[in-house]
Amino acid sequence: MSTRLANQGRLIDRSKQVTFTFNGTSMQGYEGDTLASALLANDQMMMGRSFKYHRPRGVVASGAEEPNALVGLGQGNRFEPNQRATTTELFNGLTSISQNHWPNLEFDIGAVNTYLSRFLPAGFYYKTFIHPKPFWKHVYEPFIRQSAGLGKAPDKDSRDSDTYEHFYHFTDVLVIGGGVAGLQAAKAAAQSGAKVMLLEQTAHWGGRAPVDGGTIDGAPVDKFVEQLVSELETMDNVILRNRCMGAGVYDHGYALGYERLTDHKPGTQGPRHRLWRIRAKQIVTATGAIERPLSFAGNDVPGVMLASAMRDYVVNWGVTPGERVIVATNNDDAYRTAIALKKAGVDVLRVVDARDTAGPLADEARELGIRVDPGKAIAKVKGGKRVKKVAICNQEGIGGAREEVECDAVAMSGGWSPVVHMWSHCGGKLIWDDANAHFRPDPSRPPLGVDGEGFVLAAGSSNGPLALGDVLTDADAAGKAAAKAAGFSAKRIKAPVGETTAEAPMAAVWLMPANAEIGLRMKSWLDFQNDVKVSDVQLAAREGYESVEHTKRYTTLGMATDQGKLSNINGLAILADALDSEIPKVGTTTFRPPYTPISLASIGGEARGEVFQPIRQTPMHNWHDQNGADWEPVGHWRRTYAYVRPGESVHEAVNREVKNTRENLGLLDASTLGKLIVKGPDAGKFLDMMYTNMMSTLKVGKCRYGLMCSENGFLIDDGVVARIDEDTWLCHTTTGGAERIHGHMEEWLQTEWWDWKVYVANVTEQYAQIAVVGPNARKVLEKLGGMDLSKEALPFMEWRDGKIGEFDCRAYRISFSGELSYEIAVPASQGQAFWDALMQAGKEFGVMPYGTECLHILRAEKGFIMIGDETDGTVIPQDLGLHWALSKKKEDYLGKRAHSRTHMADPERWKLVGLETVDGSVIPDGAYAVGEGVNANGQRNMIGRVTSTYYSANLDRGIAMGLIKFGPDRMGEIVEFPGTDGKIYKAKIVDPIFFDKDGEKQNV
Amino acid sequence: MKHYSAFAVAREALRYHTGWERAWRSPEPKKKYDVIIVGAGGHGLATAYYLGKNYGIQNVAVIEKGWLGGGNTGRNTTIIRSNYLQDPSAALYEKARGLYEDLSQDLNYNVMFSPRGVIMLAQTQHEIRGYQRTAHANALQGVKTEWIGPERVKQLVPIINLDGPRYPVLGGLWQERGGTARHDAVAWGYARACSAMGMDIIQQCEVTGVRSDNGRVVGVDTTKGAIDCEKLGIVVAGHSGQLAEMAGFRLPLEAVALQALVSEPIKPCMDVVVMANTVHGYMSQSDKGEMVIGGGTDAYNNFTQRGSFHHIEETVRALVETFPMISRLKMLRQWGGIVDMTGDRSPILSKTPLQGCFINAGWGTGGFKAIPGSGWGMAQLMATGHSPLTEAFTLDRFKEGRFIDESVAAGVAH
Amino acid sequence: MLILNCPYCGVDAEETELAAGGEAHLKRFGPGSSDDDFHDYLFMRENPKGVHLERWRHANGCGKWFHAARCTNTLEVFGTYSAQVSEPPQEIKDAITAKRPGWTWREFE
Repeated sequence: MSTRLANQGRLIDRSKQVTFTFNGTSMQGYEGDTLASALLANDQMMMGRSFKYHRPRGVVASGAEEPNALVGLGQGNRFEPNQRATTTELFNGLTSISQNHWPNLEFDIGAVNTYLSRFLPAGFYYKTFIHPKPFWKHVYEPFIRQSAGLGKAPDKDSRDSDTYEHFYHFTDVLVIGGGVAGLQAAKAAAQSGAKVMLLEQTAHWGGRAPVDGGTIDGAPVDKFVEQLVSELETMDNVILRNRCMGAGVYDHGYALGYERLTDHKPGTQGPRHRLWRIRAKQIVTATGAIERPLSFAGNDVPGVMLASAMRDYVVNWGVTPGERVIVATNNDDAYRTAIALKKAGVDVLRVVDARDTAGPLADEARELGIRVDPGKAIAKVKGGKRVKKVAICNQEGIGGAREEVECDAVAMSGGWSPVVHMWSHCGGKLIWDDANAHFRPDPSRPPLGVDGEGFVLAAGSSNGPLALGDVLTDADAAGKAAAKAAGFSAKRIKAPVGETTAEAPMAAVWLMPANAEIGLRMKSWLDFQNDVKVSDVQLAAREGYESVEHTKRYTTLGMATDQGKLSNINGLAILADALDSEIPKVGTTTFRPPYTPISLASIGGEARGEVFQPIRQTPMHNWHDQNGADWEPVGHWRRTYAYVRPGESVHEAVNREVKNTRENLGLLDASTLGKLIVKGPDAGKFLDMMYTNMMSTLKVGKCRYGLMCSENGFLIDDGVVARIDEDTWLCHTTTGGAERIHGHMEEWLQTEWWDWKVYVANVTEQYAQIAVVGPNARKVLEKLGGMDLSKEALPFMEWRDGKIGEFDCRAYRISFSGELSYEIAVPASQGQAFWDALMQAGKEFGVMPYGTECLHILRAEKGFIMIGDETDGTVIPQDLGLHWALSKKKEDYLGKRAHSRTHMADPERWKLVGLETVDGSVIPDGAYAVGEGVNANGQRNMIGRVTSTYYSANLDRGIAMGLIKFGPDRMGEIVEFPGTDGKIYKAKIVDPIFFDKDGEKQNV
Repeated sequence: MKHYSAFAVAREALRYHTGWERAWRSPEPKKKYDVIIVGAGGHGLATAYYLGKNYGIQNVAVIEKGWLGGGNTGRNTTIIRSNYLQDPSAALYEKARGLYEDLSQDLNYNVMFSPRGVIMLAQTQHEIRGYQRTAHANALQGVKTEWIGPERVKQLVPIINLDGPRYPVLGGLWQERGGTARHDAVAWGYARACSAMGMDIIQQCEVTGVRSDNGRVVGVDTTKGAIDCEKLGIVVAGHSGQLAEMAGFRLPLEAVALQALVSEPIKPCMDVVVMANTVHGYMSQSDKGEMVIGGGTDAYNNFTQRGSFHHIEETVRALVETFPMISRLKMLRQWGGIVDMTGDRSPILSKTPLQGCFINAGWGTGGFKAIPGSGWGMAQLMATGHSPLTEAFTLDRFKEGRFIDESVAAGVAH
Repeated sequence: MLILNCPYCGVDAEETELAAGGEAHLKRFGPGSSDDDFHDYLFMRENPKGVHLERWRHANGCGKWFHAARCTNTLEVFGTYSAQVSEPPQEIKDAITAKRPGWTWREFE
């Protein structure tokens, strides 16, 4: 059984007991435990079920690479699935549940798959579930989905109770990994004066070196780490962050740090996670190495564990996963586990070493009384939910002549693979190292930065060296090189000297025994979570899925939540062997960020709920809000759709506003309309290029409605342009258009006509603009007093500066409604006061505010087009009958050349008309008009579509505008619009001006 | 070709699966083919398949620089829908969607087409009008879609938050027979079927030149030697420009990076595909349980298959806002693909200035869903010189100003 | 996540401060130009896998448009320069040549 040892446990505090639950059972651990170590201490060997076969799964690793021990953590709004027990720090009150089983962990119906596994090889689903066709949707897929997924989904209505944040950081050198290599690299870089940031994913500095033993500069590793950390802490140019994982390396020195601030003490103040967006001149990856499993039959049974992990559990947490352990290895390092276990009082039955000869560590083991079996292999591990016994055979051969040994845990080591993820994320290439049978960074092909030079350096065991002494020298050199590359001169200080027991060469062992027969290969796991076995990779190769990407995708090897940290190299080796090729030729799959999964919420950061996106409010926003505004988002603005009174529907409110504005007086907050000042000696010439109509000839004091096209000919914006003085124009844009059109103007000014003397300024937010509309518009303004707004003093399409009441203002006599109408701009700070004054003075004239829907209906009644309704990016002015706005005098303007292309001059283009339903009903939004027959693809022939359609309260009928083929030539004809409601809407083609055709109302 | 079935799997199981043959042969190129397709992605393989199936043209080679299906076919978010606005697009994508319905049976390879439904959310008044317009157009185009209200959206997607403070969900455009398929399987299934017809799929073979005689294509030079052909189809997505240059013409294309990501797998909680264009993100849940997420493209030319992280941030932020329960899920993996964009964001399926040479490119962010339809139309075009499916997607439409602009309806990558 | 130095304000600008503007040094064709010229001007792009001359705007910074010479294959930046030139200045050409000898791009080399 797995149990807590009486001694050992450098990371736990035995004086502080911690209570937690697993699947509802209360358990005890110590402060400093991980959930995995605490579960092992409670003899909870089985921690989950695998994905495909629902096989029992125990913890196999001790860190971020863990594929098996995944739990659902927390409850309710703090529930998180798929959390690795190995990286979860234990705290009082932690609740955890195991995953992927029903009804429970011990008895799982899905485990029937394991007995069917022979019938469910890699990719079986591509070959089956094909017939009968409807079964996929209705039978097969629902069944597969039933068994899909690992962790429980959070409740559908759960709302994360934690907050998240983003930090920005700029540094000269970023060191990822706080083991001895990272610490030394950070120090070496920092001594040059460079700004250094050091990230460590766990709560502890020093990595695994303190567990592995040896000395540095004659002192124990622990001491060295302690001293180095305190030294770094005193340096002003160094930032240390633990519980902060280097998640990804991106182009131009961008890197992500994922800091878990309160995962180990949930509910405390402050954000849960912090995402660091780091810009570094140089990045040192000191991310260590990960031990590989060995591929032998039954290597997935709970109790089979990486040798290094078992050592970690003993040394760090005082826990042993078994009482009688067998160690299987192809290298010397695993002997350290045997020795550590033995010294902790655990029975180590033997070391099964695939090699014939081992180094001094083997001698040390023998001296401790451990039996070493050279040239041997594990043929098979027996046991269901935990290890019961092991069959041992010769490494060479197919696995016959076995000797069975009863035991309760197996430590395995297949050698070490450098963690090359950070090196690879941004394009760093790898080379194959035959001596250590692993890929390591190729220093001649690093990821390239903005200057085309490498910006990532690998250090320590992530760069290949595995012995402590080599790791420190390498890391020291990497730190100095990084500082130098970042523009600093490194100090000539000697690297610390690390000493450990020398090791004999490892042997590449990809399968145990070397020629294992098929029955064994079908039980030799490569990917523990996704249930990919040696036989699956061999099947993929046999079927022609030869590229490593094919094999990965066909078998799902390395696609589990550990992203192949344990399985990739082993799988690759099996594939290479099956293809009779070499590992470096087969190559690796691409390493993609993040290194281990990071919370989606941390990626989102602070921006959620009300602050999800910036919001733009006019000066009168609060008034609208307090007066029934039904809000409509328009870009980042909020505009009032209608002011809904108590007891009124939105539709009723709109109709009331429509009628009142025509009959009495309406106020519209038009502040969101873009206002661009265009100024300079060449401003007129410039606007003549920007607009299709002539703006340079506009007289000071006058306004003109202008159209803008893109160079590609399509309408992009419209608005009223006012000439302010000899060299100044003010251009109104649509609400959504201000920034876009400003950018558009700047682009042409800066990149095409840069010698023209023009400035453009966006003054949209400097003004509050209020449209005062209706028969009583002049009356209310005259009541407030001030400037002369009479027909003679301020004729239609002119503007004046002056004072209305106490307010400095600019009054435009323009109309988008066909009513007598003034748009009055006042300084933004005066907007609310001016609005209040108008509302107050307007009482006797029947004033009501109106919203965007009323605005739309009023303009549609007059046949005025709306950008975004009548236009959609495919409409040209000619389509809308706006030929009058296309200047014939100008040689050039944006869009002019485009309009002469054949399709744009095509008479068959759909053209703007008014549409009047025969029965007065309202044509549905977006309806199309149909012609005769179908086209070559069998689609109904369409001859037009509705662009705007409303109920007009003034006319008490549906009115619409639309684009119809030959429309203007077909006045009076009836066209049919099939609705998606099944009705056919018949409409007569009419002039688009429905109301006050002669414009009498606005000219008073 | 050995027939795939549950029975076959059971039979092979008794032999420990040692009896399976290669899914596709790996031949050396012959001297000459009737047709050479460059690019063994979904579109190239589908073109070859329908040339053989519909027109009996089976002396075909599909040449691939890397591994078949290794480009965007295997990098996309696997969404299949045909709720397009413009007639030519709706015809093409609906043809494809229809073929997807029967593709597993047709290819005898389970591509796991899963018509679980696609919703495009409307979150502004403008979007409501846009989608209602699409719904009307679709009804006339023979594409079954439907405008649905917020209650129905919630019914279909229980995890959605209708009442986000910034962009409440106002309804959506629902295509019940849209869905997803297993992307790799589409390429593999076509490859296996092509190979079974005797076509040669030649992987790890790069085209280094296009040979022509008197304005007519006569063959290609490759890293495995010169190969003659009567007709040539260029179907290489992001690298179309390079191939076109070899063939002596230019293409109105730019290559940019499009990114996607998946979460760790969780138990099924969302059956349908949801696209939220206002906030810019879309999400579905795979049969493995991962939330499959995509968003927008980078705006700069890029061939690295790596994008910029701020796009991932924007997309994830949008989706956490739309589906708050995913907040504590974790991003497992992000990746990028290189997509080729045209001036109107619609593809090019066309003859070229070089006689006998055809181009299929410019799928931008939406190519996967079109694969069978694109292959069908291209095969028709290459075999007969004309296809109503591809007719509008010509190379010269840009000169005439005859664009096929879908951004009218959906402003997001897909 | 690119960094480009804005030649106007001197800031090493983060990508999020910038707006990409596509290919640089396009010659505008207006009324009177041929269909081919107009088409190429609007739609035909070099789209090289390699050296690319392009336009950017320091949109969330000083607001100025500028040019960049960048490799689309490695994302290496050879230099940034004024938007108000019709071809890259000699020092930019030299900087590209130093890294990519024999490069060509449209009529430039």
